[in-house]
Amino acid sequence: MTRADPHGEVIVDRLSLADEIVGGGEEAATADAAEYALWLGDDALVLAQCLGWWISRGPELEEDMALANIALDLLGHARSLLSHAGTADGRTEDDLAYWRDEREFRCAQLAELPNGDYAHTLVRQLAFAVFQVELYDRLQESSDATLAAIAAKAAKEVAYHREHSTEWFRRLALGTDDSRRRLLTALEHVWPYVGDLFRDEPLLDRLEGVAVRPSTLRAPFDQAMGALAAETGIELPDPDLARGGGRHGIHTEHLGLLLAELQVLARAHPGATW
Amino acid sequence: MSAVTATLDREAAWRLAATVVDPEIPVLTIEDLGILRAVEVADGVARVTITPTYSGCPAMDAIRDDLGRAFHHAFGAGRVEVRTVLHPAWTTDWMSEAGRRKLAEFGIAPPSGRAGHAGGPVRLTLATRCPRCGSADTVEVSRFGSTSCKALYECRSCLEPFDYFRVL
Repeated sequence: MTRADPHGEVIVDRLSLADEIVGGGEEAATADAAEYALWLGDDALVLAQCLGWWISRGPELEEDMALANIALDLLGHARSLLSHAGTADGRTEDDLAYWRDEREFRCAQLAELPNGDYAHTLVRQLAFAVFQVELYDRLQESSDATLAAIAAKAAKEVAYHREHSTEWFRRLALGTDDSRRRLLTALEHVWPYVGDLFRDEPLLDRLEGVAVRPSTLRAPFDQAMGALAAETGIELPDPDLARGGGRHGIHTEHLGLLLAELQVLARAHPGATW
Repeated sequence: MSAVTATLDREAAWRLAATVVDPEIPVLTIEDLGILRAVEVADGVARVTITPTYSGCPAMDAIRDDLGRAFHHAFGAGRVEVRTVLHPAWTTDWMSEAGRRKLAEFGIAPPSGRAGHAGGPVRLTLATRCPRCGSADTVEVSRFGSTSCKALYECRSCLEPFDYFRVL
């Protein structure tokens, strides 16, 4: 069938649009690998949505660009991961992003915490960047070729994100009394949710060699954060206070509002493309 | 380019695909950038494989459309299939020498040095030269620029700001 492409005169009859994102492997994900891809993909998607809010609202123009770029990288990871997850049951990245409800999302609660002031956003971002650097470094060894390919690409990008938030952590910690106070407040609000990132779930027992056990990322994470905290004289709060449960679809009240904004357009105009 | 009867073989397909430019940096072709990874021809249809510079690179859609348009004009409808792969991950090391030169002429400082590799030699950050006056007395203004692949610099000799294509 030949039809005109909505973008213009391009004919898309044989121009393959479906296999937009292909990783190293072309095999469909298993149901378990798909669930794991949703964990990581939903973290990235929800974070990207949160960070996008800062565009035009950053404390300075450079930070507008920084957070927009980080959000774009994360959106790229989310697209790849959700596309891969969808291969398990024939859903597309858009089906997964726009047509799942809150309880079907698998992001950690940390990802959906409000942007707050800039310190809140930076603390949330730092925790994720440090976590993702360790995660994607190891996930490159996955026996799922697509996950390995996504990780190899993401690893280089999240390393840059980590540098950005680390510099800001230093700047806030060692800046003025006000910046330090704000950083401490942000840590108090955000840090209790960090521990949930490292919880092993029964799913991991079925993904030996495919997934990275979250608990194995805890030591390198603690080491990196411990060094930064010591250098700046900041005491990190207890990371295990929040109940968590995002990987089971248990979320804070913030996710529903975030998804309403993320999904409203697609749901108001099902099937629309632009 | 209007010769719809032209023979579509691998070399012609590569040559044509290599004329498509990056929409953000129109002086560079996708071949210069190392985004064009492979071209095969089977049953009269070219299969062009491209890879994104960054995971979220929005230029990929435009590049796919441009490839479709180029093949449609040269060979008629339905003669190309565009495939995007993530592996192996793109690196600025794949940028051609011609690409680096064109980038500098366009006013964007090309990547200075090679990408680091796990277990490989430690990556050194080399001075970034101003593409306008050539001075090495430059300073990073922002680590993030107008696109993911660039950072914003300023030259302390000629005082002009410029984009720097980061090593990845």
